[in-house]
Amino acid sequence: MSDQPILELKNVHSGYGSIKALKGISLKVMPGEIVAIIGANGAGKSTTLMTICGIVPVEKGEIYYQGKLINRVSPEKLPTMGLCQVPEGRRIFPRLSVEENLILGAFHREDKDQIAKDIRHSYELFPILGERSRQHGGTLSGGEQQMLAIARALMTKPKVLLLDEPSLGLAPIIIQQIFKIIADINREEGTTILLVEQNANLALQAASRGYVVETGEITLEDKASSLLTNPKIREAYLGE
Amino acid sequence: MIHEFKKVWKQYTIGMLWLLGLLWPMLGIHPDGTLTFQKTVTVWSYLLAGSLVCLMIYVMKASGSLRFISTPLSRTTEGLKSATAAFPSWVWIMIVLGFALIYPQFAGRYGTDVAINVLLYICLGLGLNVVVGLAGMLDLGYIAFYGVGAYTYALFNVTYGLAFWVCLPLSAFFACIAGCIVGYPTLRMRGDYLAIVTLGFGEIIRIILNNWMSLTNGPNGILGISPIGIYIPIFENGLTFEHFWVKKLEFFYYFALGLAIFAVIAVRRLNFSRVGRAWESIREDETAAELMGVNTFIYKLLAYAMGAIFAGVAGAFFAARMKFVSPESFTFLESAMVLCMVVLGGMGSIPGIILGVIALIALPEVFRELQSYRMLVFGATMIIMMLFRPSGLIPAKRMGTRSEEKES
Repeated sequence: MSDQPILELKNVHSGYGSIKALKGISLKVMPGEIVAIIGANGAGKSTTLMTICGIVPVEKGEIYYQGKLINRVSPEKLPTMGLCQVPEGRRIFPRLSVEENLILGAFHREDKDQIAKDIRHSYELFPILGERSRQHGGTLSGGEQQMLAIARALMTKPKVLLLDEPSLGLAPIIIQQIFKIIADINREEGTTILLVEQNANLALQAASRGYVVETGEITLEDKASSLLTNPKIREAYLGE
Repeated sequence: MIHEFKKVWKQYTIGMLWLLGLLWPMLGIHPDGTLTFQKTVTVWSYLLAGSLVCLMIYVMKASGSLRFISTPLSRTTEGLKSATAAFPSWVWIMIVLGFALIYPQFAGRYGTDVAINVLLYICLGLGLNVVVGLAGMLDLGYIAFYGVGAYTYALFNVTYGLAFWVCLPLSAFFACIAGCIVGYPTLRMRGDYLAIVTLGFGEIIRIILNNWMSLTNGPNGILGISPIGIYIPIFENGLTFEHFWVKKLEFFYYFALGLAIFAVIAVRRLNFSRVGRAWESIREDETAAELMGVNTFIYKLLAYAMGAIFAGVAGAFFAARMKFVSPESFTFLESAMVLCMVVLGGMGSIPGIILGVIALIALPEVFRELQSYRMLVFGATMIIMMLFRPSGLIPAKRMGTRSEEKES
């Protein structure tokens, strides 16, 4: 069972109208691992995640989740299946309170008692959110908003968590914290994580495997440790 | 103070001269081609004097010369605030409700008439609040559903003689259907595009009402709609029921009050439900809501249909009161009015909308003395309100307790 990927993209093409953002992306994510997708601006990293979630429609190719084809599954059904995304730029609900943001993460769930328990669990995971549970989401700092976005996604009880640039616009110390939490979630809950990052160094340190995307295509696929030592990667993405 | 004044006098002078330039074509050019200056200068000098006083107060406030007034004033408002906070909100609701109940006893015919208008618009405003305030979709053709509700009652009553209470759910139903028909193709759009399309659909419905002579009697409207009929139990020789037409304005007021109370309770329940939260998430960020598992299309359609139902019910009451409907009552201006009420009062806030409705219905009535200038004063009031309270008279509180929190 463990050698069957939980999420698999086969030659996926998609784009925005006449602009083709993805030109045949193929990747595999095994259950329980952290996979990083790195690449430059506009390489198609975020589009890959948005295509998996069905926000950007697939033009060609197949996306399999737990062995099922999900090309045509509408975006709002995916959280019920255990596939949830923390979108780029956090996109929390600014004029709803922190608690309401979390409740919305559990929108598809019916188990009221468990939801209340999970909210308390989120506050244990992110104590700062507990302190600010009554505050509007929009009044939080960038790092707190990122934590809220992750906590909100965890409320859906995901099997696979898609993270889009969790380090975007955050101070280095906060980024460290966020990545530690990501590693914790993966280890303790066994949540599979597909991570999209521009900060290649951090992403590859956290991940077990990595993909390099360039102009809509996968150009390299390897273990994260070997990517980190790959001279080409070091030159292109790690600034050496 | 002099220093403060130096900063603003230039803009002020330019502004006043510009106003003069705007006023003269309105007041000085007459239809017969003659040009006068007398009236313009008089009106302008009044405005100049008034605004100069305002400017002086502003300058004094900015330079701190008014501190001897403002400090005790702010202290009293602080005191008032803590005093109002001491009463739980139900006390305020009881006071408002009590006042509303005895209002027609001392208001007279004219006052009651205005109050009925206010109550119907509260229902409309709250319905639009579901669409605009909660789901965040700008709807500029909202009054069309009011029209559909009114015409539904009018037509069923006049052609088939159906009673008001039978037609009320029918009005709601037809308005809801109209809402779905309009909503289904349009709700895929977002923001400004949606506003333009709803504006178009609102006009389409009005034009249909205006031109479908065989059904709606066109611009002449429909006459002879029966008022609300109720059965009153009479206990002489056993229990019998007597049919009774609600013709007196005073009685109708209580039905309108009932409608408004129903609307307030319904919108409040919706706001604090799972559905309300889904709407709010769509308003905040549609893509994020979708990623969290909210079926945005269904919920947007639901918001639209729900708003239409409120408008349809209010429309039936409107037809029953006027005993006459014509397409004239459902123009774009009315849509804009209702939208103003919602925005002015504070989107998403029920007390705010009630206050907004009262302000927008009552203010033009109060300013009736000013005759043709009343719309000018009305516009100025709106601008001042938006400058000083941009999020509405009573902005929505989004940090209060939720029903679920109390339960757990």
